[in-house]
Amino acid sequence: MDALVNEFPRYVEGFFGTLRISLFAAVGALMIGTLLAGFRVSPVPPLRWVGTAWVTVFRNSPLAVMLFVFAFALPLAGVTFPTLGGNAFFWPGVSALVCYTAAFVCEAVRSGINSVPPGQAEAARAVGLTFQQTLGAVVLPQALRTVVPPLGSVIIAMIKNSAIVGAFGVTGELFSVDAANTAIGYSALSSLTGVAIAYLCITIPAGLALGAIERRIEVKR
Amino acid sequence: MTASVLYDIPGPVTRRRTAISTAVAGVALAGLIVLVLVQLGEKGQLEADKWGPIFSPFNQYFVAVWTALGIGLVNTITAAALTLVFALAIGTLLAVARLSSTKAYRWFVVTVIELLRGLPVVITIYFASRVLPEIGISLAPLWYLVIGLTAYNCVIIAEILRSGVAAVPRGQSEAALAVGLTRLQTLRMILLPQAFRIMLPALISQLVVIVKDTSLGFVIFGFSDFVRAANTVIQYFAGRLGINLALQMYVAVALVFILINYGLGKLAEFVQRRLARGRRTAAPPQREVPVDAEVGAP
Repeated sequence: MDALVNEFPRYVEGFFGTLRISLFAAVGALMIGTLLAGFRVSPVPPLRWVGTAWVTVFRNSPLAVMLFVFAFALPLAGVTFPTLGGNAFFWPGVSALVCYTAAFVCEAVRSGINSVPPGQAEAARAVGLTFQQTLGAVVLPQALRTVVPPLGSVIIAMIKNSAIVGAFGVTGELFSVDAANTAIGYSALSSLTGVAIAYLCITIPAGLALGAIERRIEVKR
Repeated sequence: MTASVLYDIPGPVTRRRTAISTAVAGVALAGLIVLVLVQLGEKGQLEADKWGPIFSPFNQYFVAVWTALGIGLVNTITAAALTLVFALAIGTLLAVARLSSTKAYRWFVVTVIELLRGLPVVITIYFASRVLPEIGISLAPLWYLVIGLTAYNCVIIAEILRSGVAAVPRGQSEAALAVGLTRLQTLRMILLPQAFRIMLPALISQLVVIVKDTSLGFVIFGFSDFVRAANTVIQYFAGRLGINLALQMYVAVALVFILINYGLGKLAEFVQRRLARGRRTAAPPQREVPVDAEVGAP
């Protein structure tokens, strides 16, 4: 524990570093994931193929392998990432995290749309609502409620996965705090206990908040 | 089609519009694929001496490359299998402890579960590999991976089983208690067997997560898993032969993982369908599994 007390500023820096990576990745993953979900329910077959292929590839391969692909394989194909503050791994790491998480966001959104009983849309059409009205006033509000809890778990899992990006060599986040501590002689036990506590400071409140939101918006069907 | 309930059966105008968008999207997709291939060709990534050693059985290096990868893959699969066994055993114990114990004791179990669930699995693996040797427990590197993975996955499995028990109809436990079984007997003989059955698809999905997580062995110093073996082969080719295989090798590694996990995913779907057909008396699970069985970790 002494590492956490003595090197507290470094932990705080790592804490916000993790939050920063998570914020970038969450915004990217939510946008791309929602787009992919739109692809997967669209009537246009090529778009559906793109969505299905993306989900199959990214959901079934480990994030660590995707990090290797983004950091070492894509540059060989001419796709290079800018460095951030001298760190070459930041953008490849965040990009891999975004693409990986987008697959899970896509599935959560899609199952949310599917979870609205067909009778709801049929009834809306039967009383004469147009497509936009059916979607906007009847289906989407219900879908959003079912989507929030699984989306929340996806984002919490993503915050935890950002540790893998750190283990891979992105500095300035929580995992990398340990390397700096060990370099100046702290034991792994004291250094890593601090890292673990810092992660719990993010994931446990996030989990509680998600539970509270879940109870508030629960739909009684 | 999910969208079809949102609008009426398309008329001729809509059908034509859909056909046009399909053509446009198809051309765009084909163009993208051509663009990627051209780019790869320009960078010299399509040459036979880069793909051959991994994908062509007639290449002189093929056997050696896959022997090296195979050793890593065996380590990876061994770690996944051991983790599954330990996580199932400890997870069942945790679930029983949580469901059957007194209040004070249960509070302790819940705390352990919540703490371990909140940690990134890469941290538990790294913790095991760094801290255990430090306090004098030196094991083969494989065991650090198994211990780290088990620490995380046993609590997930405990939660899966707990929601499985909750999904067993109340009449089952009421009947068991009425014929004079104790609470522990009811759990062991009546509830848990049914919970395992109900939750089999979720357990298989968790196996997919475990297989993916074994790739996190790269944080353990000196552990030769599948990914590490791939990196060694890449280094060998770059150093001895001056050929950079990175792109081709990572494609191969990803393909192997995708094949294994896609297969497991299909198995989970199949089991789910079989169970849905086979069970008439029991109610379906009341709600989604409240754990991140699908998204737990990479």
